[in-house]
Amino acid sequence: MERIPILKMGECLLVTIQTDMHDRLAMALQDDLTNRVSDTGARGVLIDISALEVVDSFIGRMLSNIASLTSLLDARTVVVGMRPAVAITLVELGLSLPEVQTALDVETGMELITGKPRMDRNNGRYRG
Amino acid sequence: MTNTNTVANPIADVLARNEGALLEAWVQLQMAAHSMRSELMQKDELREESRRFLASFLRALRSGGTDTSGSAWKDARETLAALSANRGRKGFSPSETASFVFSLKQPIFQVLRDELAKDPQRLTEETWSLSLALDSLGLFTTEVYQKGREEVIARQQQDMLDLSTPVVELWAGILAVPLIGTLDSARTQVVMESLLQRVVTTGSRLAIIDITGVPTVDTLVAQHLLKTVAAARLMGAECIISGIRPQIAQTIVHLGVNLSDVITKSNMADAFQIALERTGRAVVDVRTAG
Repeated sequence: MERIPILKMGECLLVTIQTDMHDRLAMALQDDLTNRVSDTGARGVLIDISALEVVDSFIGRMLSNIASLTSLLDARTVVVGMRPAVAITLVELGLSLPEVQTALDVETGMELITGKPRMDRNNGRYRG
Repeated sequence: MTNTNTVANPIADVLARNEGALLEAWVQLQMAAHSMRSELMQKDELREESRRFLASFLRALRSGGTDTSGSAWKDARETLAALSANRGRKGFSPSETASFVFSLKQPIFQVLRDELAKDPQRLTEETWSLSLALDSLGLFTTEVYQKGREEVIARQQQDMLDLSTPVVELWAGILAVPLIGTLDSARTQVVMESLLQRVVTTGSRLAIIDITGVPTVDTLVAQHLLKTVAAARLMGAECIISGIRPQIAQTIVHLGVNLSDVITKSNMADAFQIALERTGRAVVDVRTAG
């Protein structure tokens, strides 16, 4: 069965989604990712969806599930490189994914995880 | 109508014979009329327009009867459309243009009365059918006028949509969207799309949405704003909403709209300062910073 590769980069796991996601692939990714996070003790998960052109509510749910799962395992999930059309679709579907952190590209996402000083989005104070 | 589809129309021949006299009487009538706008149109031009329309009217009447929607009237309708558009540009009102056509009734009926004086029944019939034809032509000018106006409005709306949603880059990595005018769904969609597109092309992490120029904020507008903010966040860019006036702040609170997840500032300058801080920069006074 087709699987999405999960690359380990230091303390981060990097997942690049390059095919159209179907539901079984999404479930498999969710399982693999939780296993890898607990095996490696990674601090963060970067999911690069810059090649993803089509989303549905299921993929949206999957992203927010992964974020919740990894945060239970003490790893941050950052979704990077979302396209404008995809973002608009998700918002129109009512999925603004509040539990998911986002970044423009892999580089800024990596900064988020490795703990460069950064403002918290909600209260405007610096977070260590 | 007895003569709707008759090809040989005796009345049309009668009118054609009297074309010169008709034109003269018609122009005289228009010159004397209350609706004459001598400052907008010279007598020569009026006469020329009248002559052209009368000629095409009589031609159509002879070949196509009084059914003005038929193909025989195509030429007359085109003449009238050009005339109506021309008058519209000059500043005539639609009723003035329509009364140009309606005023042709009097001289025509005069000719009919002279011609059919001995046959009152036929006189009534002919008068009625010609009156209908002229009525529909008069209404046609109004339609053309209105269509021209609607085209102008549609074009201006599009222009406004294009002009009113600029996304400017204030600093490397900081975008600003000054919104002016009422926000509706179509406009917010354009704002959202152009903002997100610019976020991608410039790689900006912050966007300031300034609503100083938005006169009213209702639940729909607030929801549109929140959607834009949510979409930008999904892409990894933060939004700051600035320029919230006191009345608008009151409205937002009364409506129960929750803007607590969004950074809000009262003016653009404060928002810019926050944006600079977020990107690790500061503006300092060079004299005291030594």
